[in-house]
Amino acid sequence: MFRTAFFLKGNWVLALALPLALAGGWELAVAAGWANGRLLPTPSAVYTALAALAKTGELAAHVQATLARVAVGFALGVLAGTFFGAVVGYWSAARRFLDPTLQALRNIPSIAWVPMFILWFGIFETSKIILIAVGVFFPIYLGLSDAVRGVDRKLVEVGRIFRFSHREMILRVLLPATLPTYVSSLRSGLGLGWMFVVAAEFMGAEQGLGFLLVDGQQTGRPAVILGAIVAFAVLGKLTDWLLAAAAARLLVWQDAFKPVE
Amino acid sequence: MLSIQNVAKRYPNGTLALDRLSLSVEQSEILALVGGSGCGKSTLLRLISGLDHPTGGTIDLDGAPVRQPRAEIGVVFQEPRLMPWLTIDQNVAFGIRHLPAAEQKKRVVEALARVGLAAYAGHWPRELSGGQAQRVALARALVGRPKALLLDEPYSALDALTRNDLQEHLLDLWADDRPTLILVTHDIEEALFLADRVVVMRPDPGRILSEFRPHLARPRDRLSGEFLDWKNRLLAELGKAQRPLGGDEKYPAAAI
Repeated sequence: MFRTAFFLKGNWVLALALPLALAGGWELAVAAGWANGRLLPTPSAVYTALAALAKTGELAAHVQATLARVAVGFALGVLAGTFFGAVVGYWSAARRFLDPTLQALRNIPSIAWVPMFILWFGIFETSKIILIAVGVFFPIYLGLSDAVRGVDRKLVEVGRIFRFSHREMILRVLLPATLPTYVSSLRSGLGLGWMFVVAAEFMGAEQGLGFLLVDGQQTGRPAVILGAIVAFAVLGKLTDWLLAAAAARLLVWQDAFKPVE
Repeated sequence: MLSIQNVAKRYPNGTLALDRLSLSVEQSEILALVGGSGCGKSTLLRLISGLDHPTGGTIDLDGAPVRQPRAEIGVVFQEPRLMPWLTIDQNVAFGIRHLPAAEQKKRVVEALARVGLAAYAGHWPRELSGGQAQRVALARALVGRPKALLLDEPYSALDALTRNDLQEHLLDLWADDRPTLILVTHDIEEALFLADRVVVMRPDPGRILSEFRPHLARPRDRLSGEFLDWKNRLLAELGKAQRPLGGDEKYPAAAI
């Protein structure tokens, strides 16, 4: 227990070393007069801007709005990506029918959907959430459908020997067998969810970290822009960490390579 | 009784793996299928299991045709094929999911005790040795109490000592419910140690060359003169069963 706690603590120190060193270096450079820090504000200026937003409760409201959009969009993208990924991976007829279209759709840049989604779903929440779900959908669909096709035939034969139905085969053999790849796909999907939420919040949002970016630009406050970027980085990393930690419990059975210390 | 009548198997690439093969196996009989590589013995086992379909002929178990895997037929493969994401007890319960939870639990406990792995119920497959994993695979196949158990070179990847242990263990397990055992093996000694009848197959296309009923008292002694005589007879027969040398098969002994 002590050993684990020690190394976890050690991991945090190591992980924070680079961003803290960069921030400290920039702070020193501006303090020493080597740079003026006007267009790239110092960490202390960003902190002051964020603290001011936090004091009025604005920051919490923006974070909450963005988190809610990512959470709902991610959930929808995961559901759809898992369903289509499993179906297309399992049935070759479904693959022949659906995969070419989905692969073509995958290559459309996210921004290209914005005008259509505004026309179809309006300027409010629905269009934003669907845009995020689209971003989350593709890595999960692609990762899962490929992984299902790569499942060891020998394990599938065990399921056949025990007369598994299609549903049982998918739920009890194929999905567990693809879990390590699926988790990677979920993490990629979540990362894209955080990217797409910015595009979504550029679509006339009144709240959210994406809105804060636009607001900071329009009001000439680079510290606010940088503060929103830092908030995105922290939230993105935190949610990814939570996902990876939850998944690690499900992958404890893996007989995987342990990276060298 | 298992009845195989004029069974043929031609693969989509045109290869005729089995040609008009007929064989009957009595209830509780232990039958070994031996022969060099490519003689179709594993193909035959896959047809009996219902994993593959014959392109000609019929396979019946107790009068009912085998067209797909059936609950009455258990299979142990060359590799344990345990689900790595399930613990050992969950792996054993894999094939009896239709039973009530209490009955599943009871049978799994019994099955693991029978293969001597009761203490490993909550372990992961990665924590077991090759021999232990194969015993779990045997428990998983037997827990559904099949009428027939098919074994496809189940011990070929194990060292000689473990193999001998598991062969004796298999006979102990068989004595409880006495299912029909059909064993595919490259190992003449294994076939002679276990089987009531040894069927020698030959390739191109796969057919039965000959059958032997080694009249050896049980438990069989691998070092007895009689056992060694039978071994030599079978080796001579297998020599006849080898396909002519050609292509990459420069080392026929390795195929036996």
